[in-house]
Amino acid sequence: MQTNERLYVGRPTRRVEGKLKVTGAAPYSAEQGQEGLLFGVMVPATIAAGDISNIDTSAALAFPGVVDVFTHETKQNVAWWDRKWMDQTASPGHPFRPLHSERILYDGQPVAMVVAETFEAARDAASLIRVSYRESEHVTDIRTVLDESYDPPKKRSGIPAAPKPRGEPEAAYEAAPIKISADYWLETEYHNPMEMFATTVLWEDDEHLTIYDKTQGSQNSRDYVCSVFGLKTENVRVDNAFVGGAFGAGLRPRHQLFMAVMASLKLKRSVRVEMTRRDMFYLSHRPSMLQTISLACDATGKLQSVIHHAVAGTSRYEDYQEVVVNWSGLAYACENAKLTYELTQVDTATPGDMRAPGSASGNVALESAMDELAYAAGIDPLELRIINFAPYDQNDDKEFTSKALHACYRQGAAQFGWEKRNAEPGSMQEGNELIGWGMATGFWDAQLQNAAAKARLSSDGHLIVSAAASDIGTGTYTMMAQVAADEFHMAIEDVTVKLGDSTLPQTAVQGGSWTAASTGGAVQAACLAVIATLLKQAQAIKNSPLKDAKADEVTVRDGRLVLIINDQTGVAVADIMAAAGVSFVEEEGKIGPSKLQMLKYISYTHSAVFVEVRVDKDLRIPRVTRIVSAIAAGKIINPKAARSQILGGVVMGMGMALHEEGMFDHRSGRLMNHNLAEYHVPAHADVENIEVIFVEEHDDLASPLGVKGLGEIGLVGVGAAIGNAIYHATGTRVRELPITVDKLL
Amino acid sequence: MSYDPDTQSQLCPTTLHINGVRHDLEIEPWTTLLDLLRGPLALTGTKKGCDHGQCGACTVLIDGMRYNSCLLLAVSQDGAEITTIEGLSTGDQLHPMQEAFIEHDAFQCGYCTPGQICSAVGLLNEGHAHSREDVRELMSGNICRCGAYVNIADAVEDVMGQQTHAVAAQ
Ligand code: FES
Ligand code: FES
Repeated sequence: MQTNERLYVGRPTRRVEGKLKVTGAAPYSAEQGQEGLLFGVMVPATIAAGDISNIDTSAALAFPGVVDVFTHETKQNVAWWDRKWMDQTASPGHPFRPLHSERILYDGQPVAMVVAETFEAARDAASLIRVSYRESEHVTDIRTVLDESYDPPKKRSGIPAAPKPRGEPEAAYEAAPIKISADYWLETEYHNPMEMFATTVLWEDDEHLTIYDKTQGSQNSRDYVCSVFGLKTENVRVDNAFVGGAFGAGLRPRHQLFMAVMASLKLKRSVRVEMTRRDMFYLSHRPSMLQTISLACDATGKLQSVIHHAVAGTSRYEDYQEVVVNWSGLAYACENAKLTYELTQVDTATPGDMRAPGSASGNVALESAMDELAYAAGIDPLELRIINFAPYDQNDDKEFTSKALHACYRQGAAQFGWEKRNAEPGSMQEGNELIGWGMATGFWDAQLQNAAAKARLSSDGHLIVSAAASDIGTGTYTMMAQVAADEFHMAIEDVTVKLGDSTLPQTAVQGGSWTAASTGGAVQAACLAVIATLLKQAQAIKNSPLKDAKADEVTVRDGRLVLIINDQTGVAVADIMAAAGVSFVEEEGKIGPSKLQMLKYISYTHSAVFVEVRVDKDLRIPRVTRIVSAIAAGKIINPKAARSQILGGVVMGMGMALHEEGMFDHRSGRLMNHNLAEYHVPAHADVENIEVIFVEEHDDLASPLGVKGLGEIGLVGVGAAIGNAIYHATGTRVRELPITVDKLL
Repeated sequence: MSYDPDTQSQLCPTTLHINGVRHDLEIEPWTTLLDLLRGPLALTGTKKGCDHGQCGACTVLIDGMRYNSCLLLAVSQDGAEITTIEGLSTGDQLHPMQEAFIEHDAFQCGYCTPGQICSAVGLLNEGHAHSREDVRELMSGNICRCGAYVNIADAVEDVMGQQTHAVAAQ
């Protein structure tokens, strides 16, 4: 009998930590260590640029319950060199150092922190701090400094620069019979995970700390703390077992981590610092961006030229970079392309990776422009994309490991009913509503990171798998349990997953959609290593029935190490361990990308997004009534959690298209809507029907499990598809996101 | 009311019945119900997502109705019957709404979840929701940044259906 079928991988599986979450028993970082804690509350700057001329903390210090107040005047015992402050995901520049000097770099910058015996005392005392400033000139609108844009001299690690131009893009554009050119504008967006950033530091002594931190990488936070405060790696443990969402905001250590550790070391006490929702708007953001895109095609719709230029905002102190324009060179087949990406500086915090960073922004311009081109050419927008299907990556001259995008187009269109679309804008109506149907393609790269994991099988049949990976809501706990349970053909209830702890096997930050492929692969490798060790131990037994077996010919089933082709032949795991004199077998597994393969292949996830909007004829209020998202992302480990990942991405894409924008008062350089009442994110009432399709995509090369990752792709394409649907409904092409009602009147 | 000269605080005697347990407390008048639950009472299942009544993460049930506990001063609830997420299940037995949330994968990070569940239970107690549209409209005070809305609506509809069945069967 064959014994290698999978019971869990590929099947909808309930979250293994689900019960903890629905009962309120899952502890997040502000919920650890209740006894004897001090509480820190930060004070934000109220100017955009300048210096603190005076800071009066006397009233705060005199407030009952206050233990200390920290400002830039507090002596700090921290690292000097910039590189010591750089975390794994930092951009080139000078990393921000909280309370470092009197200099104000952006509105909302923390200028003080009050530490008190109770949260309420700290909060009230914080309101008593008086800060005087010497203001200097500021700029917060990148549109006023477009002429100062520059190609970032130092590239951010892991972010490929824009490819060199190919062919003759300008000449081809001039010569083409059908062309469009347009500017697209994006406002800043803010991650706003529901859990506010918080750190609880449990002080043991001057050198030993246990830190509960909201982060997407416990080891990234640990390394930052050790490097900045000169502590030893083995003395600092960072725990992020439960993370209340992050969407990229937790890729870098945030101020509250620094503040809590600083206060804890100085006061020799355990300290918790939890941000306010207002603080959450000054951490990082999806940068505002102006994009100019020009597309040209021949009469049959074949693309002749793609010219895409983006200027994105960054801070005064770091060159934040993401991949914005490169996608336009690989999305569709075209011999002539020119892609350029520049930054311009404003007086805000450094932008940061926000779900589908770069791709989401660039896609709005490219996929809206494709729609404009389709109308200019009189070709159906879906048809235009099919005509220009790219069989290989022209940016890098590499083959795709797989690309089931045709299946996304086909299945998505069928499910949506695209063939019933009347192309004429405003032609589809019902009652007092204009109906619009739009679509877009989405792209994200599928990456494999170096990852390690451990598996430990006990003689009683219990398995523990562990890695310093994170589960920010993505389903990592369940994914690891599924992969491990299948390797040992055991019930998922017999697997314990440990993650979110910096002492566990090394894992990169959770971002870029790479965790399932990387950590999943490492878990599988660890399990296979355990089986190999068991085999060696079994072969040491006299007359072992497995004496001639090779490691890839055996597996574990029903607590026995057996031949895959015949599970009658084998030895009980408990007997093997007893004979070897051990009570458990533990092994580490590691995986990483193959450099050789990467010379020839490149790996992407793809999607086709179809959207229906209805726009009230008189009020012009748009609502999204239906979205079909068809995804090609290789093997889907857990269709249940995977669908949720895509739903979540789609909803955030709806926010990008219709709701979310940082509203600055550019005269004062200050953000005005730093709360959830005025910074609108999608709510229940905004979300009607979303259908997710995973198309079959077999891929042996993308990762050992065949997985490509899902965290970002759900969002990409949604913004453009909604804009295109609104154009189809109303005939109004809005090139500024979010598309709020005022732009449709 | 007692006065503590050290902290200059007024302590107000307040009795709260939380998840069926009586608590006789001395509370400072400025402590919110949310901070009382999460701090001194260590009932951290109720979440803080904004502290401004803008997100619903702190939703609890008071006498069966849903409230944002960040907007209530604890002393103002003297005598109230309060149910938090910790009080919905009994031992290993989950509340049907909790069960439905797991089955429909109606959460990702889980941070808005206790508030969503309490809100959904309160919604059904109120008896105003008769359709999916009603559910979506009346749950709009509970933000989920992970975007689990479709699944949350499925879970609530599921439990709503179970209740209608139960009523029909009677
Ligand atoms: S914490 Fe109460 S509504 Fe947000
Ligand atoms: S599950 Fe994360 S915010 Fe709702």
